[in-house]
Amino acid sequence: MVQFIMPKLGADMTQGKLVEWCKKPGQPIRRGEIIAVIETDKANVDTESFVDGVFESALVEPHDEWLPVGTPLAVIRVEGEAPPQVAPAVQPTAAAPAVAALAPGPAPAMRVPVAEAALERPKISPAARKHVLDLGIDPARISGTGPGGRITLEDVDRAAAAVPPAPAPAPAPTEVPDKVLRMRDAIAATMARSKREIPHYYLATTIVMAKALGWLEARNNERPVTERLLPGVLLIKATALALRRVPELNGFWLNGRAEPSRAIHVGVAISLRGGGLVAPALHDAEQCSLDELMRRLQDLTKRARANSLRSSEMTDPTITVTSLGERGVESVFGIIYPPQLALVGFGKLVERPWVVDDGIVTQPVVTATLSGDHRATDGHRGALLLDAIDRLLQEPEKL
Amino acid sequence: MSPEQITSAVLAALSDVAPELDAQTIDPKAQLRDQLDLDSMDFLNFVLGLHKAFGVEIPEPDYRKIGTLDGCVAYLAEKMVAA
Repeated sequence: MVQFIMPKLGADMTQGKLVEWCKKPGQPIRRGEIIAVIETDKANVDTESFVDGVFESALVEPHDEWLPVGTPLAVIRVEGEAPPQVAPAVQPTAAAPAVAALAPGPAPAMRVPVAEAALERPKISPAARKHVLDLGIDPARISGTGPGGRITLEDVDRAAAAVPPAPAPAPAPTEVPDKVLRMRDAIAATMARSKREIPHYYLATTIVMAKALGWLEARNNERPVTERLLPGVLLIKATALALRRVPELNGFWLNGRAEPSRAIHVGVAISLRGGGLVAPALHDAEQCSLDELMRRLQDLTKRARANSLRSSEMTDPTITVTSLGERGVESVFGIIYPPQLALVGFGKLVERPWVVDDGIVTQPVVTATLSGDHRATDGHRGALLLDAIDRLLQEPEKL
Repeated sequence: MSPEQITSAVLAALSDVAPELDAQTIDPKAQLRDQLDLDSMDFLNFVLGLHKAFGVEIPEPDYRKIGTLDGCVAYLAEKMVAA
């Protein structure tokens, strides 16, 4: 038996709401299947299971309450013989160990054996839980008379009559007025942490885009609008391929050391209408054809804006690519999304006078930047990455 | 299709990419990208929406002709006559 806990879906997440169970007790669940929809400050996330097994029972029912990361939500019977002490129901997010190591607070990805947790946390119906919170009673002091010792509404009332009312409960610190403010808070906390902990170095280079854009234009002209590519897709693919050559910049800073990732999952910064942003993953971006990458980017953008992302998309990015060129700025020096090791930025595509073969001609160029974690790499490696991106963009047909 | 019908279909395609759009406040002569804060993905989806609604193919070099609401309606009216 393992517990499915409130997952930490990104470095900025401290709490979540259970919106919906996607499995019923007794139903089998495969690794990667959606087990629940979890609301975070940024999105409603289709959260995947990381074990094969059977959905045994829910410990919490969907309701309108913020639960801290780590709260046990359900019990899963693992296929085969899994020792309950170690098998995680949800993959510990890359962010988790770093957070645990660096910031005090609830251990985000910690799992406890079910029996122990059942003792710690009384079973209680959602309505009763709300009632308990309203009345400010410690649920541990209530004896449950419902099925399996579950605390019912009546039990709460009885307990309330028996004990003198506790001092007025402090307003729950997790209550925040609205979605936009909560997202702002989440971004504020993550970015402040990044700037506090990560010694950034910054590099920039100008990349001539004549070949890439010429190739793209010719290609798009032959194709209906449904099959056209955006220049951003070339930039993402070039970045992903370049990371193969400079793998030290791809991965995480965990427990005081760099842990490069073999898989290249590019987080793309997507601004949300109405404010805020998310940077969900394009998985294995270096292996995708440009067409495939374009389709997935379209789908990801649509779902990010419709507030519907998968948990792996939130937790897996091994690097972030941001492109503020759309908004007319020529360069962007981003802040690394912890615990990632680097962030690549692309500015606006602009026409500039450029020296080619001893003559001055007009060329489309883009400023590519790198923000790197100096604990993990030095500027020299970072420079190699930007150089590799440049070279790849000079041979667009090979992307 | 009358110009009014074209306009309302264009506005429908626009509000698919910019749901908060208020048709009353759109300046028909100003760039849609700037007014509605559209990025290239939004604009591509707008063109896709027009393609679906009108069944016309809009080549990339023509994007500049459909940058404003007026321009877009005129472009589509012309395309529909030609078709």
